[in-house]
Amino acid sequence: MTKEELLSKLKTIIEPYVQNQEGLQNMSEDTNFIEDLEINSANLVDVILDVEDEFGIEIDNDGMDKMLTVKASIEVIQDKLAAK
Amino acid sequence: MDKKRVVITGLGVVAPNGMNVSDFSNAIKTGTSGIQYIDELNQLKFSCQIAGKPSYTNDYLNNYFNTVQLKGLNASGIEYGVIAGLDAWKDAGLTIPDKTENPLWDAGIIFGTGVLGVDKFREAIYKVDAGNVRRLGSTSVIQTMASGISAFLGGMLGCGNITTTNSSACSTGTEAILMAYDRVVSGKAEIILAGSTSDSGPYVWGGFDAMRILPHKYNDNPTAASRPMSATASGFVPGSGAGALVVESLENAQKRGATMYAEILGGHVNSGGQRNGGSMTAPNSIAVKECIRQAVINSGIETNDIDTINGHLTATTKDATEIENWCDALGRKGKDFPYINSLKSLVGHCLAASGSIESVATVLQLKEDFVFGNINCEDLHPEIAAMVDRERIPSKTITKPLQIAAKASFGFGDVNACIIFKKYS
Repeated sequence: MTKEELLSKLKTIIEPYVQNQEGLQNMSEDTNFIEDLEINSANLVDVILDVEDEFGIEIDNDGMDKMLTVKASIEVIQDKLAAK
Repeated sequence: MDKKRVVITGLGVVAPNGMNVSDFSNAIKTGTSGIQYIDELNQLKFSCQIAGKPSYTNDYLNNYFNTVQLKGLNASGIEYGVIAGLDAWKDAGLTIPDKTENPLWDAGIIFGTGVLGVDKFREAIYKVDAGNVRRLGSTSVIQTMASGISAFLGGMLGCGNITTTNSSACSTGTEAILMAYDRVVSGKAEIILAGSTSDSGPYVWGGFDAMRILPHKYNDNPTAASRPMSATASGFVPGSGAGALVVESLENAQKRGATMYAEILGGHVNSGGQRNGGSMTAPNSIAVKECIRQAVINSGIETNDIDTINGHLTATTKDATEIENWCDALGRKGKDFPYINSLKSLVGHCLAASGSIESVATVLQLKEDFVFGNINCEDLHPEIAAMVDRERIPSKTITKPLQIAAKASFGFGDVNACIIFKKYS
C-alpha cells in the first residue's frame, strides 16, 4: 500500500470524529488529531479501533500512545502492516 | 410569599403507539394499542411473547444524533429519551446555545431510568469475557451509565443547571417531574427538562417473565393482553419508550410567550418502608393513601376538585387494591368518584418510562378536554365495580371539560409518587 493510499484511508476513518473541518481540509503529516482537528480525546480509542478493523492489524498500548498525529499514525500502521 | 407557579411548556413522547405527541394523542383518543408480538421473545422461550415497543427505522435517528453519536449506539433507552427530550425542547420553543457560548445556567435536566443500555452492556460483557476489553472503545461507559440519558440530553441542549438521572423503579417518571417541580419552585432553576426512559428487549423484560407476573395466554392476540381493571387481568404487558415534559416557572414562560400545556400544582413522593403489607414488590396501602393525601394538601386543593385520575393500574390483581386506596384517600366512591383510566391498556407497562409517558397523556387530556378510554376492561373486575360507578371508567374516549387531574405511579421498593396537574388559566 502506498503512503498516499494509507493517508486517504486514514482520512476517511477520522472524518466523522473531526470537529474542525478546516483542519481536515489542510491535513498534512504534521496534523495533530486533538489540537488541529479538535477530535475529542475520548474518541481517539475509537479511531484506533477503526484503524485496526480497516487494516486488519492490532495496535498495542505503545502504538496507541504514539498515535496523536498523522505522521506517527502512518508510521505505526506501516510497522504493523510490515510485521503481518 | 406565595409559592412560585410552575407550568408545562413542552411535550415529547416515544411510545409503543406513537412516535411523537400528535400520533400519540390520536392513538390514545382512538384506543389504538401499541402492543405487538415479538418473535425474538418466542425464540428465547419467553412465556410472554408480546410487548409494547416503539417502532421506527434507523434513518429516523439521523434527525437527533450526529454521525459520531450514532457510531456503536446500542442503547434503546438513549434513543427513546433523546428523541422525546429534544422534541419537548423544540416544542417549548427553546433554543440551544452555540458550542462556544456559555451553557444555559437556569436550565437543567432530570431524566430518569431504571437500567440503561442493556444491549450495549451485553456487548461489553462478551468482549470482556473474551479477554478483549481493549475493543470496548469509548462508547461503552456513556451508553451504560444510568445518567447516560441526562448526559446526552444535557450536552445536546447545552444545559448548565442540574443534569441528573433519578431512579425509583416504576415511579421514576412521575418522581422526575416532581423533582423538576421542586427545583423550579425553590427558584434554583427556571426550566427543567423532566422525563424518563426505559430500554426495550429481552434482557429488561426477562426478569419479569421469570417472576411470572406477565400474561402468557395472549401471544396470538397481543392487543387484548393488557387488561387493567378487568376481571380477566392476568399480569402486565412489558413496555418501553420515553416521555419528556418541559417544566418551567410561569414567570419565565410568560416572558417567552410560551404555550402552556398545564400547570403543576404540586405532589408528593413517599415510601411504605416495606412495612404493613408493603414489600419489595407490593405497596403498603397506608403509604399509598398518605402519598395521595399529601399530594392533594401540597397542591392546595380539595379531594373533590379532582376531575380525573390517571392510575398506575398495571393489570395485575393489585388493581382493585389501588382503586380502594384512591377511594379511601379521596373519600369518594360510586358516581362521585373521579373519572379514571390507565394508559397501560394501550402501551403496556413502560416501567421506568411509564410515569412520564402517562403524564404526557394526562396533560394532553387537560389541554384538550378529554378522558381517553380504557380498552380491555369490558369485564370490569367485580371488586372495582362495587367501588366505582361503571360510567367513571370509560371504555371509549369521552369529551369533558376538565380542570384538575391526579397522576400516580408506584414502584418496586415500595415507593410512591403522586402529582396534581391543572388546566392552565
